[in-house]
Formats: sequence, C-alpha cells, structure tokens
Amino acid sequence: MQKLGDFKLPQFFNYPPYFTLQPVRDTREKQIQLWKELILDFCKSQKVFLIGVEEDFPLFSNSAIDRTLSHEARETFLSAIVGEGRAEWLDKGRRKCLILWHRIQDWADIILKFVRENGLEDSVMTVEEIRSGTESLGTELEGIDRTILMRALKLLENKGKLALFKGTSADDEGVKFSV
Amino acid sequence: MASESRIESDGLFNAAEVTTSGRPVLRRNEVECFLLSSVDLDSEDDPPRFASLRSGNLILTTHRLIWIPSSQPNASLPSSLPLSSITHIFSHKKSIKSMFHSPRIRFQVDSVVVVTVVFRGKGDFDGFLAKLWECWRGRAWEEDEKSESEASSGSGGGTVAQGLYGNDGTVRMVGLAGILRKEQEQWESTDKSLQDAFQDLNALMSKAKEMVSLAEKMRQKLLSAPSSQNGGGDDEEMGSKEEMQQWMLSVGIISPVTKESAGALYHQELSRQLADFVRIPLEQAGGMISLTDMYYHFNRARGTELISPDDLWQACNLWEKFDVPVMLRKFDSGVKVIQNKSHSDEEVMSRIRTLVTKTETLRTGVTASDAALTLKIAPAMAKEHLLSAETKGLLCRDMSPDGLRFYFNLFPEIDPTDLHLVKDFGTYGEWVKATSLLSV
Repeated sequence: MQKLGDFKLPQFFNYPPYFTLQPVRDTREKQIQLWKELILDFCKSQKVFLIGVEEDFPLFSNSAIDRTLSHEARETFLSAIVGEGRAEWLDKGRRKCLILWHRIQDWADIILKFVRENGLEDSVMTVEEIRSGTESLGTELEGIDRTILMRALKLLENKGKLALFKGTSADDEGVKFSV
Repeated sequence: MASESRIESDGLFNAAEVTTSGRPVLRRNEVECFLLSSVDLDSEDDPPRFASLRSGNLILTTHRLIWIPSSQPNASLPSSLPLSSITHIFSHKKSIKSMFHSPRIRFQVDSVVVVTVVFRGKGDFDGFLAKLWECWRGRAWEEDEKSESEASSGSGGGTVAQGLYGNDGTVRMVGLAGILRKEQEQWESTDKSLQDAFQDLNALMSKAKEMVSLAEKMRQKLLSAPSSQNGGGDDEEMGSKEEMQQWMLSVGIISPVTKESAGALYHQELSRQLADFVRIPLEQAGGMISLTDMYYHFNRARGTELISPDDLWQACNLWEKFDVPVMLRKFDSGVKVIQNKSHSDEEVMSRIRTLVTKTETLRTGVTASDAALTLKIAPAMAKEHLLSAETKGLLCRDMSPDGLRFYFNLFPEIDPTDLHLVKDFGTYGEWVKATSLLSV
C-alpha cells in the first residue's frame, strides 16, 4: 500500500467507490465515518491544522486509481467532522476548515501538563515560545496552530490558570502561568 | 397452455380450451369475430343441461360459439358449440312481448334441440346476430376440410404415379434437377403471394391468415435447416437466420382483440390476450421487458389492428384483477416493465452478487452493459437491477470521467476503529488480494 510521507494509507484508499459520494444512506454514513477517521488520523500524524476545500489536500485525490473527491464530497466529509465538534469552519463560505483532532479543552489540558512537566507553574512565556521553544520540542505543542493555541489559552485564562498580556513587540503576546 | 383438460362431450357442447388467462384457444384458421358479456344459454327442450350456463361471455368465431364463465368462481366449464351443428337460426320476431324481455336469439342444433341465447347485459345485440349469420353462412369449417382432403390426396397421388410422367401428363422431374425445379416453383408461388399481399391493404387483410401460416412454415424450415446442411455453418448465416426467425415469430396474432369484436369488454379481453402473448418475448428478454419494447412487439404482432400506448397501459393494469402469470412493475426511477410473477428479485440479486464478487470484477467493477451481457437482459433493465442492488446495499457506485461503474459494497466490512485492519476472511480481504495482484 502506498504512503503519504510517513503516513500509511489504509487499503480502502484504492477502492474507487471511496471517492464517489454514495447516494444510498447506509452506505454513505459508513463512507463518511471512514473519511472522518482517515482525515483526523492523517491531520494528527502530519500536524495539519487547516484544510482548504479548494486546495490540494493530499487525501482528496488518489493518483494510483485516478480518482479525486468532488467539491460536494469534500464539503460533506468536513461538515461531518465539524458536526462532531472535531473541526470548525473558519468562514461562512466553507472554504477553510480548522481541524481539531484534540478539542480545545484537550489542548488546554495538554498545555497544563506541559507547564507542570517543565516546572513552569509561575513562569512567564511568550505565545511563540510555547509553539516553538526548546521546552516544546518533540511535544504535541510543537508547531501548534496559532488560532487553536490562543483559544486554548483563553479558555485557561477564563479558568484563572493564567493571564495573557501584550508583549513588548506588537505581534507577540505573553503568558503568565499561575497553576 | 390449456388449463382445462378435455371433459366429456355431452353431444351438444364440447369443452372449450382456454389459456391460463381465460382466453379461448383458437384452432387453425379460426378467427374471433364478436364477444358479448352477461349471456345465458337456455333451452326449453333440455333445461337441466343448461342450468349452469348462466352469465358468461359468449364469443363468436368463424367456427364456433364459445361460452366462457365470467371471472367469479363458477361451477361451469368453458363450453363450445360448433357452428356446423347449427341447422337453423330462427328469425328475430318483433312483438310487443319481445320489447319487454332481454334480447334473445334462438337457433336449432342438430335439428333437435332449440337453444336460446339470452343477453342480460348491454352490447351490440344486432351486430352479434348479423355476425352469427355471416359466420354460419360463411362455412369456414368446410374450407378447412377441403384443404385437408386436398393435402392428403395430393401426397397420395404422388406416390401412386410412378415413372417419368406425372398424373397430369407433365414430365416428372427426378433427382437433383427435380428438387431444384420444385424449389424454384415453390419460390415463385411464394413470391406471387407476397406480391399479392402487398398490392393493397385490403388484399393484405385477406392474406393475413395465409401470411401467418407462411411465416410459421418458413420458421419451421429455418429451424430444421442448420441440422441438414453442413454442420459448421458460418456465423453470419446463423445470425441472419436467427434474425429471420425473430421476424417470423413476431408475425403471430391471427385474431387480435379489437374494439369492434369485444366492445365494452375491450380492455379486459385485450389484457388477457396480452398476458398470453407476452410469454415468448418475456422469455427471450430474460424474464423482464420494458413496456415500450412490449408495445412494439405487441403491435407488430397485431399487424394492422394497432393499439394505443394508453390501451396497453390499461390492459396491463387490469392484470391485477385476473389470475395471470405476469405483472406490471414500476421501478423507483419511473421505468415501467412487464415481468413474470415467478421472476424473483432474489434470484437476480444473487446473480449480480456472483457477478461482482469474481476476482476480476471485484477489482474493476461492472457497468450496466457488462451486467446486461451476463444477465442476458437489456442494458436499461440491467441498470435498474444494479440500482436496486445499490439501494439494498449490495453494491456501491464509482463515478468517474469514464462513466458509472458498480462495485461490490465493501464499506460495511471495513472497521472504522482500525482503518488498517483487513480480516483474512470476507470480501474485503479478497478485494485486497485481487488489487494487490495487479500492483505487484
């Protein structure tokens, strides 16, 4: 079976009907479920946070069998993920989709765990440091999408676990943990 | 074909054979002329014998009067009375009394029994009487006897005349030349009758009967030919022979039900005749045929007595009321077909299943025309079957620039909690094997 980078594709990726939106309800439901799982698996392993419906997302076509998902099919599968709370449309036109293989709540828990493991309970960090600092190297937080990170931090701020403040440079913000 | 076995003839009436849908089985050269409903047969001479012959359909043919009980369970069996046994038809007396009771006809059979035909329902009573006179005077049965005796004496004469000269003094051709000559003569006479037939429509009508029997004869000849000739026979010849046979088969209805002959019962009788007729085309089409195709076949067989699409539609709808072996079916897509009642969807589904689970088709899927070839049905019908198999979850589709293909539905077998799991047993596993064979 072919691979996408280091991601191993399942056998059914070469099954031509997998790329045609099935009209029969039961079959379609199963098909949607399989797409949902595959997209989330792929995004998690490849750290993909954003899928553009019109863009060349690697899963949306299979050159081995010469099949490509239609626009309708892409939107259907992504909407199904959105419906489960595992993704969000970023625009009304449904062209960009934010993939949350961890929900915002789960991301917040990961940040808390990260803070405790690194003894940062009362420290100050910039938001950018959380994404790309030495402490986050090799953790799930490495390279996290900025939109998602900010939402997780805001959630923690509301719970009183930290305080966000404007940093020295205009484009960066600071975080004061108080776990 | 005939559902009623021959019951004993009681001297006056014979048991009449009817088809499973309740149409009379006509004999050679017999043509149906008129039909009236709600008819009682009665006689002052022998009342008990007629007691059961109440409220049935009376059919007049060139040879017989056939009385068939109407659809409700009836103790009486279909009976027929040869017109040849009628010795006198009493003229219709107009009297004050006759104005008050149902119209009736009286005729004498075998110079003994006087039978009264009483019409309880509506219908063209005078028309029937006129036709009865016409058929009775026409003596169609005598012509049959004549031709039969001619045929037998003809062949008899041939064996008697020995030597080089025939009975009529002409030189008898012998050997190969004789056969060729005879063949030539036959062709000439056939050619002549064909020419006569097409001269004008009236001539065609009068030749219709002959044409049908000619067609039947040619068909028989075609059927027997391949075995007598060199066994090989090139494909093209065989193909054209088959085509020819098809044409011959479709010439067939000698006595079509018409509005004139059946009157108010037109659609009912048409429905019955159609039920009898569809059997052969239906068999050839694999148990299911579209209404449009049937319309073509039926009208072709009816010759000049064409029916409208609406008549066909109504006739098919009436099948529900009769006990006939065929039914009308409407697919979800709106396609209407005629199918055998015995033609079960399960059987078709299992054949489709066998088709799509072969190693090759598991990998490539099937198109409607692939299925049509395997199931030996029309592509449009095959597509309907594939679509209903899809609806049942047996198949799923693949839309690509190459068109619509159907695959065995593997989705139910795939485990969504473990996308890479392929069980050793099951069709998913077989599909993986079939596709990996290719990629290696």
